[in-house]
Amino acid sequence: MMLWQSVPFACILLALGSAAVTGVLRGRAARCWTLAVLGVETAASAVLAALVARSGTYYTYMMGHFPAPWGNELRVGLTEALLGCGFSLVMLLSLAGGLRDLEEDVSSGRHSLYYVMILLLQASLQAQIYTNDIFTGYVFAEIMTIAAAASIAVSDRGRNLLAATRYMIMNLIGSALFLLGVILLYDLTGHLLMSPLRNAVSALYAGGEYRIPMTVVPALIFVGLGVKSALFPFHTWVPDAYGCSTPASAAILSSLVSKGYIVLLIKIAVRVLGTDVIRGTGADDVIFGFGVAGMVMGSVLAIRQTDVRRMTAYSSVAQIGYIYMGMGLNTEAGITAALFHILAHAACKGMLFIALGTLADVSGGSSRFDALKGAGKRAPLAGAAFTVGALSMTGFPFLGGFPSKMNFVLAGLDYGGTHLWIVLAAVVVSTALNAVYFLRTVIALYGKPAEGGSLAVSEKNGFARAASLSCFMALNIGLGLAFHPVMEWLRQGLATLG
Amino acid sequence: MARIRSDYGPSPRRNFLLWLRSGDECFDRALIDSVSAPAPSEAERGRSAEVRRVPRKEEKVYRKAEAWNREKGTKLTRRLYLALCVVTALAVILLLLRTAALLPPFGEASNPANNEVSRRYIEQGMEETGAVNIVAGMILDYRAFDTLGESNVLFVAACTVIILLRVAAGDRDDAARRLELETDDRMYEPKDDLILQRIAAVLVPLVWMLGLYIILNGHLSPGGGFSGGTVLGAGLILYLNAFGFAKTERFFTYRTFRVISVTALTFYAVSKSYSFFTGANHLSSVITPGTPGMLFSAGLIPYLNIAVGLVVACTVYAFYTLFRKGDV
Repeated sequence: MMLWQSVPFACILLALGSAAVTGVLRGRAARCWTLAVLGVETAASAVLAALVARSGTYYTYMMGHFPAPWGNELRVGLTEALLGCGFSLVMLLSLAGGLRDLEEDVSSGRHSLYYVMILLLQASLQAQIYTNDIFTGYVFAEIMTIAAAASIAVSDRGRNLLAATRYMIMNLIGSALFLLGVILLYDLTGHLLMSPLRNAVSALYAGGEYRIPMTVVPALIFVGLGVKSALFPFHTWVPDAYGCSTPASAAILSSLVSKGYIVLLIKIAVRVLGTDVIRGTGADDVIFGFGVAGMVMGSVLAIRQTDVRRMTAYSSVAQIGYIYMGMGLNTEAGITAALFHILAHAACKGMLFIALGTLADVSGGSSRFDALKGAGKRAPLAGAAFTVGALSMTGFPFLGGFPSKMNFVLAGLDYGGTHLWIVLAAVVVSTALNAVYFLRTVIALYGKPAEGGSLAVSEKNGFARAASLSCFMALNIGLGLAFHPVMEWLRQGLATLG
Repeated sequence: MARIRSDYGPSPRRNFLLWLRSGDECFDRALIDSVSAPAPSEAERGRSAEVRRVPRKEEKVYRKAEAWNREKGTKLTRRLYLALCVVTALAVILLLLRTAALLPPFGEASNPANNEVSRRYIEQGMEETGAVNIVAGMILDYRAFDTLGESNVLFVAACTVIILLRVAAGDRDDAARRLELETDDRMYEPKDDLILQRIAAVLVPLVWMLGLYIILNGHLSPGGGFSGGTVLGAGLILYLNAFGFAKTERFFTYRTFRVISVTALTFYAVSKSYSFFTGANHLSSVITPGTPGMLFSAGLIPYLNIAVGLVVACTVYAFYTLFRKGDV
């Protein structure tokens, strides 16, 4: 075993250990330490991704002295390495971009605890990406839930407490359902690690035993993780959670935390249940339906909003719908498209929320539609970033959102039948609705400021924020231009994932 | 007349447009406003009434619609919501009961859960991990990564409660505020209760002994860090109730809490990192199972039990004091 193969293990343990240490550091030291850890992990993950790509295959990493069915295990393949690297980078950029707002939103006594939460989120995201054990997935999903709720509640406003409470209740219902699914699966198979589980599940399914429990298990897992990742009818916690938390939290929650659960779900779907079993139980059509409903309804709800941050939050619901639609197709192309969209949306949503934080700063602290008029001129960089993000979400060429939508359509074409028409209709309707609310906002950003409210404040030039927004923009344009190698990478990864 | 109908009449298109434009004015917005917003002054109320003044006929229709909304509409929605809740809950309950009935019968030897995984834990657990208590061997050696996660769940929970409840440092110097908190605490609680103190003086050492025994014997008998830590924490809470904060703070403050939690978690992470790393790379480790049954045996397990026990004790105690006093 080479030294570089220990990188995933080191990333998880470094983040967990640093989280404990950050608890006793003072604000400034905690901030530097957290940024340093995230930077190191991003760099290490990038090296890991490159080396895994060169080896072209996957490997498993024993967590301890006991091999697979007995001890915990990590699994590192092309998909995991790319996701691990991308998530670390977005985490670093989101935190760096939100630092300035953090100073204002969070009372100074809580800063170091906020960084504890960030590091724990990083550790649990990495663990969910790399784990080869569904119970480990559950444990780290728990850490992620609590840390995410804390990162909403950390700004001391009444609305945040309400949002955190709602987030916690909905997410705990999701956790309970997911745990129930894991328990039933263990009861039926006696395994928790993914590879032996796969064999046991296939054997059970082929033998036709326990037909009803074997249908209930995927349902529980899908609904549980669906609630946690803001799938459409379970999205009610989203607007408050993303709409009123500090920009860094909103960026991390929308672009990474909800994706962490989806990555876990995709791993369970592909690695544990297998596409054939899912097709046999008919779960894929149900997911497809939820996804399509989310795509349309999320956008409709977004149009209604008068507050741009809440609008962006509802737009997340629509984008999560896209991902579930891809998973619901249950083909290689569909799941690859979903994985690509996870990356594209992570790169885009984080940027939108960070940019909105800046735009609100120069508009008297309000992110209401009327207040933001002309904000793009007052804060040029943030305005440009928001424009890039909005165009990307609408699906303009040369930006991350365009290849994403194209992939979904291609996956639909690949699938054929009624699904094709539903995919086409949903993508067209959703894109049109996206354009309505995002382009309206962009036009307003560069429009004439509202009467009487000449808030010609110049942008408070945070270097970290400017750097973060520039990197985000580069990332989006990069994904839009170089989508072909990324797709090829994900396709290869998926081929070895199953 | 036609305009009125298009505005307030039951046209589906109009209803949809109204709904579309109304924004997200849902229940919680009303809830927050009712709590946080100051009552509007007479002048403001007058002004808003002026703005909203509409021709009389329209006003009448509007009033009527609003009254219906307020009285019957809300009631209907609430009933429908309740009925749907009950139906959904019943459906889920029935589905889960049906599923549970179809699961493998409890305790059957041929159940799928009795496979090579649990067989190795039971048959070779003592030999491989050195722990007589196979549960300790399972959670702290075979599946130590999960348990590392579990102890971090406790840590993150404690940090979250601190974020939510801890009175900010600036406020603590405020004598009036401190007095107020103290009165709040003491309102319904005995202060310097002689009976409680005498009994606690006997019980607290016993409880702490039991807790330490459960932790230190975690690899030899049923118990371990999680259960022993809870007992230790309960002992601390009993001591606090009998003797008050002043005496507890002689040996347990927020600083102690932070130092203990951080040291224990860091020790767990570092020592297990070594064990994971050597395991994954097939290196020989200096940690050996030792002689099963001895106090110093089972490799890292007793030390990990101590670390977990300390984290659990601190967390239990911190929850209690934070909810009471807003400070550890």
